[in-house]
Amino acid sequence: MIPRMVWIASACIAAGVTAASAEVVAPDKVMMEDMTVGKSLSGQAGNPDEGRKVFASRKLGNCLACHANADLKNELFHGQVGPPLDGVADRWEEPQLRAILVDSKKVFGGQSIMPSFYRIINDQRTQEKFHNKTILTAEQIEDIIAYLKTLKE
Amino acid sequence: MMKLMMAGAFATVAAAVFVTAAAAQDSANIGEQGLQTEPMELVIDDEKMMTRVKAPADSPFTELISGWEFRNPGTRKMELDDFDNPAFIWVEQGEELWSTVDGTEGKSCATCHEDASDSMKGVRAAFPKWDEAKGKPQAMEHQVNECRTERMGADAWKWESDQMLGMTAYVGLQSRGMPVQVEIDGPMQEWWQRGKDLYYQRVGQLDMSCANCHEDNYGKMIRADRLSQGQINGFPTYRLKWQKIGSLHRRFKGCMQNIRAVGYKRGSDEFTALELYVASRGQGLSVETPAVRQ
Repeated sequence: MIPRMVWIASACIAAGVTAASAEVVAPDKVMMEDMTVGKSLSGQAGNPDEGRKVFASRKLGNCLACHANADLKNELFHGQVGPPLDGVADRWEEPQLRAILVDSKKVFGGQSIMPSFYRIINDQRTQEKFHNKTILTAEQIEDIIAYLKTLKE
Repeated sequence: MMKLMMAGAFATVAAAVFVTAAAAQDSANIGEQGLQTEPMELVIDDEKMMTRVKAPADSPFTELISGWEFRNPGTRKMELDDFDNPAFIWVEQGEELWSTVDGTEGKSCATCHEDASDSMKGVRAAFPKWDEAKGKPQAMEHQVNECRTERMGADAWKWESDQMLGMTAYVGLQSRGMPVQVEIDGPMQEWWQRGKDLYYQRVGQLDMSCANCHEDNYGKMIRADRLSQGQINGFPTYRLKWQKIGSLHRRFKGCMQNIRAVGYKRGSDEFTALELYVASRGQGLSVETPAVRQ
């Protein structure tokens, strides 16, 4: 009886791990169609509260460096390089927001200054500590998308 | 009457120049953000610096604008009076070193070049310069070390040492107010092109080129900083962030670091080529060495 319980528990854990890692879409496996990415990168819906933190953090999204956002007016110094993101959810659908975050140049064109947050760039004199890393993780990007969807006017 | 007409004609011409669509657009770029809430001219020792000049036809800009124009009034004021300009601590060191004998040959700079205010006039404005013997362009720091090692029998100074910063600030000061005028023809053409390629090349994990910020978005705030055109007419420059004077190549490295790229070495061929190219984008702006920036 006891051995059987252990077996079932182990099987569940193993299956859970496999399922979770299989659902994260690797940066080179993201399917972009008509400037949209339909499928969640993490395989799950994002958390808007976490997304708000990632958005504001200088070490993570640092989105305020370029974009103003009235929802974060308590944070000093909003940038002017990109458009303000107030009401961004009225202007873009979720799959479009995901495509812009993954690789902005594929949506806005090669001249865009916006970093590609889910692309691995090792061959542009990239500092070694950033090799094989994306700027944000799949989960962080989904959290930001969930947050952006709350920005309606 | 004649005088009046002349004045009128001048005003008309001035107005016509001012309202060209392109120039208006450039002004709006920085004016709109409240930059000129406290209008000021950069006049040092009764000499007016050209901080805004009309760009030549082949420039990516319509107007060339010194970094001074992008700074807040407090920082701008510090450059108006040499007593308020902290870079002069290094200038004084440079002046002293100018006549200090060093090395096996028993020479100082002054032994050959005598009075710097005479012999070094215009030098900053024309660097980087082609060096026939070396077969490549030299930044001023290279030239100083060439003199030290090949003619004075002295050790080379480190690029970012206080001695080198003092010397380049002191020598540069002798050209203050003169228009930047670097040679880009002949053998320099190839190096200029190399610098241009570097300028437009995206680097680092953040995937940006110099142009993304300093050509496409100057005048705008990037978080708490206002992006400038990246003009280099004030180097070496005192930077409040550094709390000291620093070289142009240090500044280049800082930019590359910010976009998560590995910078080139100070004095490298890459940075010398980039220095040449960026200098050429500011032809006609006054040398402001040593400038004050944030």
